[in-house]
Amino acid sequence: MPQSGLDLLAMFNINEIRKDFPILSRKVNGKPLVYFDNAATSQTPQQVIDVIVDYYSNYNANIHRGVHTLSQEATDLYEQARQKIQAHFNAKHSHEIILTSGTTDSINLIANGFSSLLKKGDDVIVSALEHHSNIVPWQMLCERTGASLKVIPMNLEGELIMSEYDKLISKNTKLVFVNHVSNALGTINPIEYIIKKAHAVGAAVLIDGAQSTPHIKPDVQDLDVDFYVASAHKLCGPTGVGMLYGKQDWLNKLPPYQGGGEMIAEVTFEKTTYADLPHKFEAGTPNICGGIAFGAAIDYMNAVGFNNIALYENELLEYATKALLDIEGLKIYGTSKQKTSVISFNLDDIHPYDVGTILDKLGIAVRTGHHCAQPIMDFYKIPGTVRASISFYNTKEEIDALVTGIKKAKMMLS
Amino acid sequence: MFEDWEERYQYMIDLGKDLPLIDNQYKTESNIIKGCQSKVWVHAELQDNKITFTADSDAIITKGIIAILIRTFSNQHPKDIIDADTDFIDAIGLKEHLSPTRANGLVSMIKQLKMYAIAYQTQLN
Ligand SMILES: Cc1ncc(COP(=O)(O)O)c(C=O)c1O
Repeated sequence: MPQSGLDLLAMFNINEIRKDFPILSRKVNGKPLVYFDNAATSQTPQQVIDVIVDYYSNYNANIHRGVHTLSQEATDLYEQARQKIQAHFNAKHSHEIILTSGTTDSINLIANGFSSLLKKGDDVIVSALEHHSNIVPWQMLCERTGASLKVIPMNLEGELIMSEYDKLISKNTKLVFVNHVSNALGTINPIEYIIKKAHAVGAAVLIDGAQSTPHIKPDVQDLDVDFYVASAHKLCGPTGVGMLYGKQDWLNKLPPYQGGGEMIAEVTFEKTTYADLPHKFEAGTPNICGGIAFGAAIDYMNAVGFNNIALYENELLEYATKALLDIEGLKIYGTSKQKTSVISFNLDDIHPYDVGTILDKLGIAVRTGHHCAQPIMDFYKIPGTVRASISFYNTKEEIDALVTGIKKAKMMLS
Repeated sequence: MFEDWEERYQYMIDLGKDLPLIDNQYKTESNIIKGCQSKVWVHAELQDNKITFTADSDAIITKGIIAILIRTFSNQHPKDIIDADTDFIDAIGLKEHLSPTRANGLVSMIKQLKMYAIAYQTQLN
């Protein structure tokens, strides 16, 4: 029986959920912590912390190479985590999931792999909404290969302009790179359309899911996406671990990224044959505990339920947007109807750094600055914004505290 | 010196508002201090063997911090600036800003002011 939103929300007990996160009960500058920097890093539930402690207490060993019990148990746990990630993203094969150190690492792996596939005259398309550190690998790739970098522009609402994308895409397009959700503005991009159009001209598509995966459960087969990447630390997992999904055919086509242990089948001084997927892309000892904890984080998020998360976060987003817009002089950047629970704003012409500093004194954590999206800030001609990114463990009371804090900052600063 | 953070910050904000502005011609890319989340421009001039600093920032709290520094360091002989210790920062309750990982760049600012002093000191020698 399909459940209505209300039924689902009734099952979602925010007080119980908050108890899962020990950090939420600490104080900052003498005030209860109000954590609204979830888009930078999410907090870690006890269930995931327990898995990390359990790993180091009971299973710590190197994997894929030992005959002894600990090594085999650790290997099993690591591979089970890979299967959890596979199931979550609905990949066809578990070896299509490569464990990396995070989104940045995954993107570099692909950019490096395409070095040998691109030539002069080819185009790589990225969007104006990208995290700027992720534009760099593509700039480097284009410099190395002679390919050109094209940019899908955005409108004032912070949405990508699809009619411009239609004009950029051609038979020369080899790769399209777009984030599923913008970290600076929260815009959810129309990736289904982007993927279809790219495939029509034979181009591959890489989607950066760093900001979507905390809110949305993507189905990579349904999307028919070629590559999808994410970081564990944005969805209740630990830092330093992330994933790359790649279609088997693509992963077989790409050369290995780094040389080292684990990624080879046979080595002589004349020639090395590479290991099969996924190990071809996993050189050296991986972040074993991190990978296992990543699996536990996915279990946790699924237990809360992505429908519940979406419903509750949308409610908070609406509540916060309305409350913030009631503050005189406050302007929100990124006003797409399709957005996650991220609010980027400025207060009159007060510098975002000043607002963030006063909020910190009140125990409220927000991000200030350009959010690694300098091109977006240039587009709006502002030095940066204050970004409050809301998670499913936040509350309306915390939003009220944010509003009070902003009013106080405004009073002190103007 | 101050009862609570609010008074301390209000004081810095007010200092920031009062900071004599840097002459616009010196608000150049090369006068920007790196390592601050907000932009900070500093200009130094040597007159009668003493350095005067002028500065500006696009963030008011940062401006307050730099106002305190300039008040301390301006109108001094380069050697005194080079030798100055930074204990006064503790005394005025700015210590929390002194960590090099802080986004406000207080450490970078002090380093930059001392660099100017070193440069002028070599001229004088
Ligand atoms: C859209 C987007 N892509 C990539 C990254 C980089 O992720 P990581 O630092 O985990 O590699 C981030 C992190 O802020 C992001 O928001």
